[in-house]
Amino acid sequence: MTETALAPSAASRPAPPPPLAMLAELTHRCPLACPYCSNPLELTRKAAELDTTQWTEIFAQAAELGVLQLHLSGGEPLSRRDLEPLVRAARAVDLYVNLITSGIGLTERRLDALEAAGLDHVQLSLQGVDADSADEIGGYRGGFVRKMQAARWLAARGIPLTLNAVMHRRNLDRLEATIALAVEMGARRLEVATVQFHGWASLNRAALMPTRAQSERAAAVVREARARLKGVLAIDYVPADHHADFPKACMGGWGSTGLNVTPDGTVLPCHAAQTLPGLRFERAPATPLGRIWCDSPAFQAYRGTDWMQAPCRTCERKTKDFGGCRCQAMAMTGDPAATDPVCIRSPHREALTARAERDAGGTAALVYREGCG
Amino acid sequence: MSLADHHRPRLLRGVRVKRDRVRGVDVLLAPERVLRLDPVGCAILAETDGERSFADIVAALAARFDAPPARIAADARTFLQTLIDRRIAEAR
Repeated sequence: MTETALAPSAASRPAPPPPLAMLAELTHRCPLACPYCSNPLELTRKAAELDTTQWTEIFAQAAELGVLQLHLSGGEPLSRRDLEPLVRAARAVDLYVNLITSGIGLTERRLDALEAAGLDHVQLSLQGVDADSADEIGGYRGGFVRKMQAARWLAARGIPLTLNAVMHRRNLDRLEATIALAVEMGARRLEVATVQFHGWASLNRAALMPTRAQSERAAAVVREARARLKGVLAIDYVPADHHADFPKACMGGWGSTGLNVTPDGTVLPCHAAQTLPGLRFERAPATPLGRIWCDSPAFQAYRGTDWMQAPCRTCERKTKDFGGCRCQAMAMTGDPAATDPVCIRSPHREALTARAERDAGGTAALVYREGCG
Repeated sequence: MSLADHHRPRLLRGVRVKRDRVRGVDVLLAPERVLRLDPVGCAILAETDGERSFADIVAALAARFDAPPARIAADARTFLQTLIDRRIAEAR
């Protein structure tokens, strides 16, 4: 046999760099009913959730593959009675463990157990800056008071805290108060995340889409606060992407940086990947995570730049934003390999802007999350 | 807060350095952040224990690398100040 130029195959294709982070969606159960829930319309039932042993095996496979940070998410991960042993299992394989929670279901006793298990960091969601507005969005009376209590317990123990504030048309004008609350709660970081309309949230575009004026003001508020609070509060800002000229590098590039595991073990390149047609997703731990990452056709589908069409294919930004979000391309253009319509070079950009502005002028009522209780 | 010579910098809780055996590099793990450390960053953090002052750290590194203290101080200050500004380290 002589060496010839072969098309890439499973045998000759170089292994992709390993992922840095894994999002483990431990459960879809959640006491809140946020209208901007990004989980799919169809949720995984409790009976189908992986058990403690299976998650433990996945954590070990992830660490071996090169994952450094583990985000325990949901749903509400505190709905899992085995959260404490799961944290311990993740730390045992030296993963950095972040708990993403609403704080509902936390008690001092559970927090002590989580701390003893080695929990590194907590990311607490914030639905609003006062009980009325927060509980209205969460659809859970008393949620805000319990969240503030949870934040005090975290601060008393010195557990590092990030606040994640999902911002939309109803609360974006209270961004200054949101930043002040983060400082008051002793948070080290604040994520100001403009709502993204994936999953259930897509039903609430007209109820939650921010206006352009709101987004522009928010950017200025963040700029001022970052300078004023340097060394006090680090602020990450995710603007509404249709107010930008170019798309975000979704997931840092498909199959390049992170992976998601759903409650039943389905391994996804991104949170919303199940909305894309023609992809078949495998399950861990039965199929090892490393094999899925390297060889699964779903992870290769949009990895790198070979899959791109015009205008991405010849664009100098193709290795910066990797064509943007596949799920948004699918939702807006019907073609999962199209340029993200957020991009000003996309022929669909004008339609996207027009739709966003129409939604921003809407008056629709909130459609609360169903099926998670 | 600006890092002064008498400050004793330290990494905040929830921040750790580890050897990434898969990639063969040292990394700093912090909330929502993974920073790849070069040998200079590693050496600075090895001296950053919350006990030693910034001036002590610079002196130790200058001796260890046989380098001019002014140059070491500039590098170490830039590196640590960035971590302080991003709420990964603190100076007391």
